[in-house]
Amino acid sequence: MDLRFTDAQPTAAEREAVDSVLGPAGVDSHQRVRTASNLRIFATGMQSVSDRRHLLLPALETVQSEIGWVSEGALMHICRELSVPPAEAWGVATFYSLISVDPSPPVVLHICDDIVCRRAGALELMEGLESNGRTPDARWLPSPCLGQCDRAPAAYVQRAGEDDEVLVSINPETRPMGPDGSILSTNGQTDTVAVPQAGEPHLRLLRRVGTVDPGSLDSYLEAGGYRALEKAVEMGPAAVVAEVKASGLRGRGGAAFPAWIKWEAVANSPEQVRYLICNADESEPGTFKDRVLMEDDPFSVIEAMTISGLAVGARQGYLYIRGEYPLATRRLRSAIHQARRAGLLGESTTRGFSFDIDLRRGQGAYICGEETALMNSIEGLRGEPRNKPPFPTDSGLFGKPTVINNVETLCNVLDIVTDGGNSFASSGTPQSTGPKLFCLSGSVRRPGTYEVEFGATLGDLIALAGGLPEGRRLRAVLLGGAAGSFVLPDLLEMPLTFEAASEAGISLGSGVIMAFDQHTDFGDILARIAAFFRDETCGQCVPCRVGTVRVEEALARIRRDPQPGDSKLIEEIDLAMRDASICGLGHTAAIALRSALELGLLE
Amino acid sequence: MTRPDTTETQQSVRLTIDGAPVEVRPGATLLEACRQMGTDVPTLCYLETLTPVNVCRICVVEVERNRTLVPACSRIAEENMVVKTDSERVRHSRKMILEFLGSSVDLSAAEDEVEDWMRQYQAEPDRYGPQSAPSAAGERDRRHPGHHGEVNGRTAEGVHQPTKVDNTLYVRDYSRCILCYKCVEACGIDAQGTYAIAVAGRGFDARISTEMDLPLGDGACVFCGNCIGVCPTGALMFRSEWELRQAEMWDPDAQEVTRTVCSYCGVGCNLELHTQDNRIVKVTSPQDHDVTSGHLCIKGRFGYDYVQNLGDVDRSSIDEVLAKARRPAPE
Ligand SMILES: Cc1cc2nc3c(=O)[nH]c(=O)nc-3n(C[C@H](O)[C@H](O)[C@H](O)COP(=O)(O)O)c2cc1C
Ligand code: SF4
Ligand code: SF4
Ligand code: SF4
Ligand code: FES
Ligand code: FES
Repeated sequence: MDLRFTDAQPTAAEREAVDSVLGPAGVDSHQRVRTASNLRIFATGMQSVSDRRHLLLPALETVQSEIGWVSEGALMHICRELSVPPAEAWGVATFYSLISVDPSPPVVLHICDDIVCRRAGALELMEGLESNGRTPDARWLPSPCLGQCDRAPAAYVQRAGEDDEVLVSINPETRPMGPDGSILSTNGQTDTVAVPQAGEPHLRLLRRVGTVDPGSLDSYLEAGGYRALEKAVEMGPAAVVAEVKASGLRGRGGAAFPAWIKWEAVANSPEQVRYLICNADESEPGTFKDRVLMEDDPFSVIEAMTISGLAVGARQGYLYIRGEYPLATRRLRSAIHQARRAGLLGESTTRGFSFDIDLRRGQGAYICGEETALMNSIEGLRGEPRNKPPFPTDSGLFGKPTVINNVETLCNVLDIVTDGGNSFASSGTPQSTGPKLFCLSGSVRRPGTYEVEFGATLGDLIALAGGLPEGRRLRAVLLGGAAGSFVLPDLLEMPLTFEAASEAGISLGSGVIMAFDQHTDFGDILARIAAFFRDETCGQCVPCRVGTVRVEEALARIRRDPQPGDSKLIEEIDLAMRDASICGLGHTAAIALRSALELGLLE
Repeated sequence: MTRPDTTETQQSVRLTIDGAPVEVRPGATLLEACRQMGTDVPTLCYLETLTPVNVCRICVVEVERNRTLVPACSRIAEENMVVKTDSERVRHSRKMILEFLGSSVDLSAAEDEVEDWMRQYQAEPDRYGPQSAPSAAGERDRRHPGHHGEVNGRTAEGVHQPTKVDNTLYVRDYSRCILCYKCVEACGIDAQGTYAIAVAGRGFDARISTEMDLPLGDGACVFCGNCIGVCPTGALMFRSEWELRQAEMWDPDAQEVTRTVCSYCGVGCNLELHTQDNRIVKVTSPQDHDVTSGHLCIKGRFGYDYVQNLGDVDRSSIDEVLAKARRPAPE
């Protein structure tokens, strides 16, 4: 098999950026390039996979961040180096919204116009920018939720050759983009985390937030860090898995699946090569809890991953973080670096086993939070979910048994190991054990990430966030994010546990609690949700690829002139999407809409 | 988590389909099981010779104790499974999928069964409103993932666009593309090993594309035509067929199919020459032929001109049309 490349060559800067990821073009590179005779293929269904294919996304990401866009020359250089067919690399590059294959100005603002930000002035901000005119040095694009809803409105700024950053609490009156293209981040703070509970004594997941220096391993050690790992090493892998089982810990990423079942399956696998993945893609609109942990307590994420790797017998872990979290990325990278230097990560660590972590950045694709899409994304394929079975515990990353858990799920493991699974299970409720983070946003006085023991009611949480502002009355709450459902104030007394939620026919999802008051234009919000799913579906399967478009169209008709036929149509589409789609995106895409229609929020 | 009960040593797997017991070989798919007992299951993205991608979802069936329906084409049969292929849920999903395709894609040249299924499942693609205006040439290929234009719901958005005519051998009319991935597989790992095309973009804007949307001849394509051979909707079409259709002269009823062995090399590929008015208008290879599995190379697929080099004698109107197919771009 001969791969064919176009003659386009990279510029010196592009070559340098690519080589910084792939290493300088090797001696055998010419051979590898021309004939791909050493292309090792393992069947993944439809794509060719060379042994370095997994470097495709990191290479594209680096060119994007250094140069500002991926030219044909840069793409061909990557393809030659990695023996990737250009058509496939093109398919991957055009999958991600943060990668541009068209010439781009050096500064690109991704302004969040999602549910919370659009009610906090994002639309006015965008209008202002529009009338300001576009400049050759900068442009802006609308973005889905950036995971900063507690500090809305927000924008993610890509800068060619410089660090990217996030602007939060932007005053819509200001013009963050000056006429010359400069970004005036006058009032946009960049790296403060609002955790209103910081410092309170009862906190477990958030206890180090604001009290340790997130940039210092010593500070983490002083605060008791790495004692859990020490204990886990003493206990041995099987005992750790047993404690996790005793703890009753269930996944915090949305599906509430018991963690131990996955851990045990992989720990007992006959396969020797296994992987652990920490899912830090956090892209469900309204979710920002993992960001808080990663930004303010990054070492805890690294330690928890290490324990998990030890327990399930994985020597390599991957931390897949959404691209729009530059601060968390920098802090985690630094934490990994420091842990390696201290012998806490890497080949035979000071604790007597080998485990290392590779951090991978997503590039703007909500679907890559779905576990199998995430694995494809790491492997350098398009972020399309896989059909299940097989499940990741049997055949996950690179076809090997894999445990994938959410950031918050993993962070719970520290206390489970330290205090024992039974102690963990004694907090919360029998079906929902331990602490839980909730993301409060929208019409509340103090939006932010809040930690409670499972069992707290919806009303408790809204009260924790200071209740609604003066003169505002609660009209509805969006629970669980865009993939969740709307509920009315009559559920304020409901405990936010997995069992109570499932009894009420709803889902806690990723812990989103978005409050809406009496002045809410629900039509506008539903339209944004419908647009979100249409934008974010991978497009692989028919029910979801077309269903999300038809839902959006039906909703537009309902907003203009409500006819019973269109609500009925949305129900029919929803049924097919739930039944026939490949993954959770399609299964949940119309749930929020349907709940809002059923509750009469559009009337 | 459900896992197949089947073990390697087992001789067969017993399950129930629509109330009747059936025994299949271990590792068989539900589709295989259904076919074994003569139960019809529609498929669009499935082909015996290709790795299942299970993306069209038209083949979904109901399996007891599964929250969602499952794709018959790729789900492995398990001991004691209870399967329903014609339940209310199955019929509903199939109907909706047909409507989704029919309301967004031009299915007029698709395999005949598609129309039968439309009737069988009472699909009404028109109920989503009139079709949106076709997009300009190349516009869909430049779309950036993550946002899209205003939606008013007055029309049903589709993938309609001008046909890509960039070579003398075949055309790509992606207005007809249901994104079944078959061409990608046939070009890549499952047959040709060329990887000239892949899926690009995301969501409703996903499309089959060469790198940078280059014309076929400028990319890796070797014109084996295997993608044409597997395309179920006529999106990929011999230039000769396309020109005849443009001239409203394409007439399958008047065509003869002659089976022969390709004379270019010694491999022994079977060819099916489709002739109309004694002119070869397209070449296929039987999918069940054990040498080709339906796949050919450029010579067998397109190298037929020499057999009908008629010189100046006997030129009829079909030759005028076919002559157009030899021009790089249409006038
Ligand atoms: C469309 C979609 C997006 C998802 N995004 C995330 C995400 O950003 N973070 C996450 O932890 N889980 C996400 N999930 C859930 C994962 O697929 C998976 O269930 C989770 O990572 C398992 O970890 P847990 O058991 O610890 O929750 C998503 C699922 C779907 C269907
Ligand atoms: S359900 Fe949607 S997101 Fe999931 S695989 Fe299908 S098209 Fe992709
Ligand atoms: S003609 Fe052959 S090489 Fe060209 S795109 Fe089709 S399958 Fe691939
Ligand atoms: S061009 Fe044909 S074979 Fe290829 S994806 Fe579209 S419909 Fe399927
Ligand atoms: S950051 Fe804008 S809605 Fe979440
Ligand atoms: S034929 Fe099974 S999903 Fe397409």
